[in-house]
Amino acid sequence: MDLKNRVEQCLGPKNFVVAMTECQGDLSVEVPKRSVVDVMRLLRNTPDLGFNFLSDLLGVDNLDLNKPKKKPKKKTEEGEGAETEEEPKDKGPSPPRYEVVYLLLCLERNERLQVKVRVEENDMEVDTLTPVWKAADWPEREVFDMFGIRFKGHPNLKRLLMWDDFPAHPLRKDYPLEGQGEERHLIYDD
Amino acid sequence: MAIEAYNGGGWIATKLEWLINWGRKRSPWPLPFGTACCGIEMMCALAAGYDMARFGAERPSFSPRQADVLIQAGTINLKLAPVFKKIYDQMAEPRCVISMGACASSGGVFRTYATLQGIDKLVPVDIYIPGCPPRPEALLQALLMFIEKTEKSQPITHKKYSDLLVGT
Repeated sequence: MDLKNRVEQCLGPKNFVVAMTECQGDLSVEVPKRSVVDVMRLLRNTPDLGFNFLSDLLGVDNLDLNKPKKKPKKKTEEGEGAETEEEPKDKGPSPPRYEVVYLLLCLERNERLQVKVRVEENDMEVDTLTPVWKAADWPEREVFDMFGIRFKGHPNLKRLLMWDDFPAHPLRKDYPLEGQGEERHLIYDD
Repeated sequence: MAIEAYNGGGWIATKLEWLINWGRKRSPWPLPFGTACCGIEMMCALAAGYDMARFGAERPSFSPRQADVLIQAGTINLKLAPVFKKIYDQMAEPRCVISMGACASSGGVFRTYATLQGIDKLVPVDIYIPGCPPRPEALLQALLMFIEKTEKSQPITHKKYSDLLVGT
């Protein structure tokens, strides 16, 4: 059985699958935010999945994706066809601004799986994965540092890359590249 | 020491100065502070091929207390900036800073929120080396420039130091 069916068989009965897409042979599953820890435990402990390695954990800011797309100027037949296909997407409710993406790897079968969680802007809290994988500690701190997504239950949720009293979250799309004039105070004990 | 009798020149002071400079210029111990790809070029300059030891930079001094030249090779980001300043402050006078490469001199391509836009915003820089990264020859030339500068320095008769001596 291929990976898609196995993942569906594992997560489907408990309604954990929001969406499932496959791109260039990489499977991507979107799961509800509140059940992310249960999903991960299932994916790790089910014998025929066995995703026992968290290779990365990252945040995504979809601010520019949510903006209405520019219409193409040329109106060829193909272009019109593409436009009518895109329009229903724009009319739907805009997707949540942030995503947290977990990249899993099964070391025994060399299979990879992408698990996505959508994070709304007014509820920026995701359950931590540190009880499942210790390796989630620093990536979660990095996501918190760069995007401001808090991880509930994390043992040490401090900034990882920027200094502690840095006032912003610099990988958000509305943060200017050159900064907002934050200054590092060079005071240290003598 | 009755050095105030010779304040501003005199045979003993100038000859003593020549001796000090002669010693200093033949042992410019560098403090290698390599934080990026410039650090690789600096290691190359220190190693056998270019052999910075020919000019007396025999021993890279990893303790700032014994170093004469701070070679800043690479980007300083704002999180590292206090550490860098602290290391500079620990160096003993007379000290010299070589800013190696575009990142150390001006921030280079990293015009971002996280990068210090040139180490001269924190510490006084004596010699800038352009390049991204500069070749080891450029670092050797900077070291020779430091040696030239040392030859002309006035460790005793310069007002900055003679005042200190008279005070003691």
